[in-house]
Amino acid sequence: MPPITSMDEKILLAHGSGGRLSHKLIDEVFLRDFDNPILLEKDDGAIVEIGGEKLAFTTDSYVVKPIFFPGGDIGRLSVWGTVNDLAVMGAEPFYISCGLIIEEGLEREILERITSSMAEAARIANVLVVTGDTKVVERGGADKIYINTAGVGRVKRDLSLKRIEPGDRIILSGSIGEHEVAVLLARGELPFHSQTVTDLAPLNRLVSEILDVDGVKFIRDPTRGGLATTLNEIAQGRNLGIMVEEEKIKVSEGVKAVCELLGLDPFYLANEGKMVVVVKGDCTGEVVKKMRENPLGRETEIIGEVVGDLNGRVYLRTRVGGTRILDMLTGDQLPRIC
Amino acid sequence: MKYVDEFKDRNLCLALIKEMESLLGASRVSIMEVCGTHTMAIFREGLRSLLPPAVRLLSGPGCPVCVTPTAYLNKAIALSAGEGVIIATFGDMMRVPSSSSSLERQRAAGKKIAVVYSPLEALAIAANNPDKKVVFLAVGFETTAPTLAVTAIEARKRGIANFYLFSGHKRIPPALASLARDGDLRVDGFILPGHVSAIIGVKPYLFLAEKYGLSSVICGFEPLDILQGICMILRQLKEGRADVEIQYSRVVKKDGNAEAMALLHQVFVETDSEWRGLGPIAESGYDLREEYGELDANRVFSPRLDRGEMVSVESNGCICGEILKGLKIPNQCHHFGKDCTPSSPVGPCMVSSEGTCAAYYKYG
Repeated sequence: MPPITSMDEKILLAHGSGGRLSHKLIDEVFLRDFDNPILLEKDDGAIVEIGGEKLAFTTDSYVVKPIFFPGGDIGRLSVWGTVNDLAVMGAEPFYISCGLIIEEGLEREILERITSSMAEAARIANVLVVTGDTKVVERGGADKIYINTAGVGRVKRDLSLKRIEPGDRIILSGSIGEHEVAVLLARGELPFHSQTVTDLAPLNRLVSEILDVDGVKFIRDPTRGGLATTLNEIAQGRNLGIMVEEEKIKVSEGVKAVCELLGLDPFYLANEGKMVVVVKGDCTGEVVKKMRENPLGRETEIIGEVVGDLNGRVYLRTRVGGTRILDMLTGDQLPRIC
Repeated sequence: MKYVDEFKDRNLCLALIKEMESLLGASRVSIMEVCGTHTMAIFREGLRSLLPPAVRLLSGPGCPVCVTPTAYLNKAIALSAGEGVIIATFGDMMRVPSSSSSLERQRAAGKKIAVVYSPLEALAIAANNPDKKVVFLAVGFETTAPTLAVTAIEARKRGIANFYLFSGHKRIPPALASLARDGDLRVDGFILPGHVSAIIGVKPYLFLAEKYGLSSVICGFEPLDILQGICMILRQLKEGRADVEIQYSRVVKKDGNAEAMALLHQVFVETDSEWRGLGPIAESGYDLREEYGELDANRVFSPRLDRGEMVSVESNGCICGEILKGLKIPNQCHHFGKDCTPSSPVGPCMVSSEGTCAAYYKYG
């Protein structure tokens, strides 16, 4: 029997999950063809220099289904998602582009709801949508509407995986999994309801509260693939171990209930308004205090620390005191959420 | 969360570990958890790192996806090629390798394959697409078979004529009997599946104690349930007893669920069945009764296979069979973690979220 390899002749949905298969696709296809030192950094965006000015530059596409969900919509997601990618690179976001791919037949009223939501999101995050593009494809060529946004911002602080060392602490800004659960339930395919709303939020102000603390080494927002995948990216990127404590990681009752019923693991669920910060041990208190003063960070907790194992693995100390490996997401477990 | 968090109390867990140590004395024991949900719970909670080294846990054949033979998948894939057919399946089946493909690859090639969370969702797809033929891949144990029976009865009641079941359902007790008969099996006791037992009760397992002298406990799925279950087995061993006890008494009644069993028997009949890794086992599966023949995808479509595809052949060197019998652990397989990972599985134990290899790979 021929082995079913991940690099088979067809792209699978799982290649877009943000987990292990996505990483493999990036390594084996995109990094090969677009090989350059900036891309090889493999960050959420790129740091580029123009005329001596350091800029952060990023892009993302949003294909969430459904396009309206509790606490948000595809428009707001497309603006804040890109704002967050810039913010966690230590940049102040300024300008956003907006590329729309619209399926023939979409009601104009729905398009206007989405664009006005984007406008409001941009106002709140203090960014301007300065350029865009519109394409309409025939019915069935897209699913209602897809949005691509790109963004640029000025780098205020160099954050880098390279500075991370054993003894650094891992900080998480709040509870996990709300975005994915809210979107999953909004599809209306499951025979139960929950009050869970997405955690979608712009993180640029929360990030700027802590950027002046020298001990802040790295920030990332755990979107697709969830907290587990983000922690693995940090551990593997630095080839160090990470030990996190399950009892310090908040999971809301609604998310917990859905996970119990569907057999999902909250560590792999997507978030859109949370951030993971790696901080030098003796600066941890100051960072936690500053983050808790911001409404988006009031549930901030120290969830673990970087340990000396040189194997790039993430370990979880469970609530009952056992230890297990917290691996990267390996496949696509749920429908489109970002 | 109420009624869940209470079963994860660290101090109570540590007290049970202490109790195990005193019950063990100098002896070493091997216990098989039959159910895949137990396997995953044990790994997810990191229980193996807490247990005394003298307690060895082995994973048994209780993951429905893992024990579904290649021939079933080959047939499912043949069905998916039919004109106007929509295959509805639980997500776990998507990546299981068949002889030459997988449902995931069939979907990427344009076949209509819907991932559902319940058979009633598949029935709804049929109701909403009267011009299509919806085939639900019915795999599972006694836990899910009654739900399938309800779905079949509902389909007939509502006159939904384009809904079919492709039954690959299995029964746990005959598989346990087959294991117990196997001279190679080296276990001192069984952690029996809680959800299956909620349906079938205690009686179908009594032979384990009476005929084979194996101590068994029906357990729940939270850390305290499992640890308490292990303590109960150790106590039986220390006292020289072999009984079938219920730890999961908040859900499992001695006589099971008579109503669910009646529904199950109304629609299904026991049949010989092939288990991946264990081979054919008498009366270990469920087929639709003749009275429900019009719902039976196997009878209605009689999917044609090549001769080679009728026989379930495991990949070269895959030891999933020995793993399901508890004779080997995943790390002993030369595919494990190399060419066999959850994203490109060689054997079924790696693909299912309840599979032993997937648990070893994911949780270490």
